Amino acid sequence: MPLLQQKIERHGIALGVLIAIVISAGGLVEVVPLYLTARSMPAAEGIHPYTPLALAGRDVYVREGCYGCHSQMIRTLRSETARYGAYSRAGESVYDRPFQFGSKRTGPDLARIGGRYTDEWHLQHLLDPRAVVPDSNMPAYAWLADQRVDPHEVERRMRALQKLGDPYSAQDLQSVSAQVQGHSELEALIAYLQGLGVTAQH
Amino acid sequence: MTATETVKYNDVVVRRFAIMAAVWGVAGMAVGVLIAAQLIWPALNFDTPWLTYGRLRPLHTNAVIFAFGGSALFAACYYIVQRTGQVRLFSDRLANFTFWGWQAVIVLALITLPLGITQGKEYAELEWPIDVLIAAVWIAYAIVFFGTLARRRVKHIYVSNWFFAAYIITIAVLHIVNNLALPVGLGKSYMIYTGVVDAMVQWWYGHNAVGFFLTAAFLGVAYYVIPKQAQRPLWSYPLSVVNFWSLIAVYMWAGPHHLLYTALPDWVQSLGMVFSIILLAPSISGTVNFLMTLSGAWRRLASDPILRFITVAACFYGLSTFEGSLLAVRSVNALSHYTDWTIAHVHSGALGWVAMIGVAALYMIIPRVTGREAMHSIRLIGVHFWLAFSGLLLYVTAMWVAGVRQGLMWSASNADGTLVYSFMDALRMTYPWYGVRLLGGILTLAGMLVMLYNVWQTVSVRETRATPATASGRA
Repeated sequence: MPLLQQKIERHGIALGVLIAIVISAGGLVEVVPLYLTARSMPAAEGIHPYTPLALAGRDVYVREGCYGCHSQMIRTLRSETARYGAYSRAGESVYDRPFQFGSKRTGPDLARIGGRYTDEWHLQHLLDPRAVVPDSNMPAYAWLADQRVDPHEVERRMRALQKLGDPYSAQDLQSVSAQVQGHSELEALIAYLQGLGVTAQH
Repeated sequence: MTATETVKYNDVVVRRFAIMAAVWGVAGMAVGVLIAAQLIWPALNFDTPWLTYGRLRPLHTNAVIFAFGGSALFAACYYIVQRTGQVRLFSDRLANFTFWGWQAVIVLALITLPLGITQGKEYAELEWPIDVLIAAVWIAYAIVFFGTLARRRVKHIYVSNWFFAAYIITIAVLHIVNNLALPVGLGKSYMIYTGVVDAMVQWWYGHNAVGFFLTAAFLGVAYYVIPKQAQRPLWSYPLSVVNFWSLIAVYMWAGPHHLLYTALPDWVQSLGMVFSIILLAPSISGTVNFLMTLSGAWRRLASDPILRFITVAACFYGLSTFEGSLLAVRSVNALSHYTDWTIAHVHSGALGWVAMIGVAALYMIIPRVTGREAMHSIRLIGVHFWLAFSGLLLYVTAMWVAGVRQGLMWSASNADGTLVYSFMDALRMTYPWYGVRLLGGILTLAGMLVMLYNVWQTVSVRETRATPATASGRA
């Protein structure tokens, strides 16, 4: 072994090749099987591709970096299910590009937020969080009320998702304009939030 | 290393990267201070989209990791590979391209992230056109580095370069695999992975971006600057071999510890946890090697502030990597995950290890590539040290206490099984600690400003000195 090491240390190419082999093992074992099985993983019951308005809302959620403070992954721990509801399952996030598990809860988990509050509550909360939660440190998102969702952009994005394998039908694509026309990004975001986890609640 | 023959090193590119590291360090940490304040006073979001926390937080992480850390690494790597190989960089044009290309990436990040143009994956937020530029710069970097290694005039490849080689190869693989996406226009794309698979790929990337960019590469820096500044040979060569191979072999398996108790398959979670504990091997071998190399130079701590940066870096390398293994244990992670303990852990690594060793390297390299005997002011390096050290301690202690208390409050239950505290109870408990953290951040930023001033003074009087920037005997 010491001899081998001494040889490697004198040979740049050998060093590079050996490094490439050593670092590849972990990914090959942990990522590749998961990727292959996931292709055949069915969506959980009741989980459908996002509606055009909810999709627009999801993309606002990603654009604004909401995942920096809100997780969407209820762990299999009693303290979590008691607070947030049934634990998250793999089949629930098959249409999430990117995934929204999050890594930090400066605010609460949102995996089961859908239907917990009224649309009106969400509207007030997003316009001015402290109007409904006095000690909140969440930023206000009032400007989202002034920005319209662009139907052409939503349709373009749905076509891209279709190419990636999300099962949107021709009918879905035709309905985009009717569903999002005239809606604000704020309404889209609320539509997205209200759909989160509704199929898996107690 | 004393060369008898003069080698004309390419120190221009080293100098540029080193100066920009100081500039981006100030910028990235200033954004950090702003977002820390926003978490206490949300009015500081100014109801302005591009000043809002959600958009600025990725700007902070990208700026400190890739702009500050990246520029410091390029500078140190180019400096070290030339000195340890006794040879000039392989190609000046390609090296120049890596400088301007990397700065372009940073400027594009500075523009696009506040605009909300993002892939939405932590530490991989930049959209696909920037990702393509990063890949191009990285390939050029690999050519420059391995080309220089190939032309080295010293038979043995110095240990620092093993680490640099591993980091350059691995970051290329991670970057490409984690950013595979289908573009929808210039500023938007969708990942080819979804849900759980995307999570696994992301944390395989995210964990190893930390493991290779912020650990392996800075270990490469440490293996050069520690013996150099301590003026003592490296304590143990076999330990450095253990440190290297165990680190690069094991790190790549540890990503799933970011996803314990989630919908990720159980066997992957267990693998991630086990390998994270094996990571104690590189942690301990590196720390012991550094501290034993430094021992014997302790009395110089009083007079040499750079040695103080290095000593704290060696200690925090040990502390934060030990903490990393601890946090990867399921039962600990049950409490710590999603809390500010994670933030404490990240910053004990980033401020205690990466910034300390990076700053030490910059203070050592900048005078040597500008033809000066030393930095403009040694006293100011001492001032910077105390600001950085006290800032680090305040920051990490505050977030550690807040994180543990959050974990305890979130999981506390009454005898009948109901939860004791609301989510807001835990946030209200956290506010004072966010205040302490902000103070720690301000001290850290103040230290970086002192450094920038010192660097500016050192660089701007360069022209008045006659010493050429290419002397070889001082390598």
